[in-house]
Amino acid sequence: MGRETLIDEIRTKLGDAVESVSESYGDDVLAVRPGFLRSLMVALRAAPFDYAVLLDLTCVDFTAGEGRFELVYHLYSLSRNVRLRLKTSLPAADPVADSITGLWKNADWLEREVFDMFGVRFTGHPDLRRLLTYEGFEGHPLRKSYPWRLAQPRIPMKDKV
Amino acid sequence: MSGLDFLTTRLEMALGWGRKYSLFHYPFITACCGMEYMSAACAHFDIDRFGAGLTRFSPRQADLLLVVGTVTHKLAPVLKTVYDQMLEPKWVIAFGACAVSGGIYQNYAVVQGIDRIIPVDVYIPGCPPRPETVLDGLMKLQDKIQHQKQDWRWAGKP
Repeated sequence: MGRETLIDEIRTKLGDAVESVSESYGDDVLAVRPGFLRSLMVALRAAPFDYAVLLDLTCVDFTAGEGRFELVYHLYSLSRNVRLRLKTSLPAADPVADSITGLWKNADWLEREVFDMFGVRFTGHPDLRRLLTYEGFEGHPLRKSYPWRLAQPRIPMKDKV
Repeated sequence: MSGLDFLTTRLEMALGWGRKYSLFHYPFITACCGMEYMSAACAHFDIDRFGAGLTRFSPRQADLLLVVGTVTHKLAPVLKTVYDQMLEPKWVIAFGACAVSGGIYQNYAVVQGIDRIIPVDVYIPGCPPRPETVLDGLMKLQDKIQHQKQDWRWAGKP
């Protein structure tokens, strides 16, 4: 399946979910409407798209506006040797997205990391705990609103003389 | 009395000599400085020439704690526990910029120098320090051990 036909296929089959299609650094980028994320992933995982590998799942904090947080998914198809990037915007007040752990097992820790660092909650995740920081850590350190030097020591610290 | 004082001084010297040439070290290695520790420990630079060749992987058998690499706030309680488990007399070397001061990291995660948690005897700067610097730091520690007041508690003295 060529690149053009693939994009056409996605457009015709999943037109509701896709906001726009663009290209960046040789890979196709789909902007996805948040509510359709999981159903779109289910379709992309199956034939004929066959994106068997979830390469990465991360988040960006754009600070301003309604769509403050942007989730970024990188998919890879082994059978067709192509990559696909998906982006979806989440509201600043209550960033929630559907978990995709049921589709790709490695999404488990990736989603936990995004939860830990950005405070994005994933509904349907089996065990949404902090991954990198420790129990009792308050706030989400990679949010732009987090004071970047604010440490939260677990044991008493002496001040520098 | 003066004769006894003389004996005490000689014993202090002998103790210092024995202790500085029999440092059992515990390597607390967390980051890239570990590579420099390895080259300092192995045959090319060979810290065994200075009597510090015996690596112990239990803090209870060690008397020199080498903190090699970045220590995060998540890790801080572990380092404190390891230090507390060591028997006295004990010494600590902060190995590399991160252990000394936090190095290039000044953020929410990294402890800004291990001397905020445990006492440090010798600071070895560098990112990472070259093995020669490590040996220099080790010799400075040996100098310190030789000239410090020896721990006499086993003899009933404070």
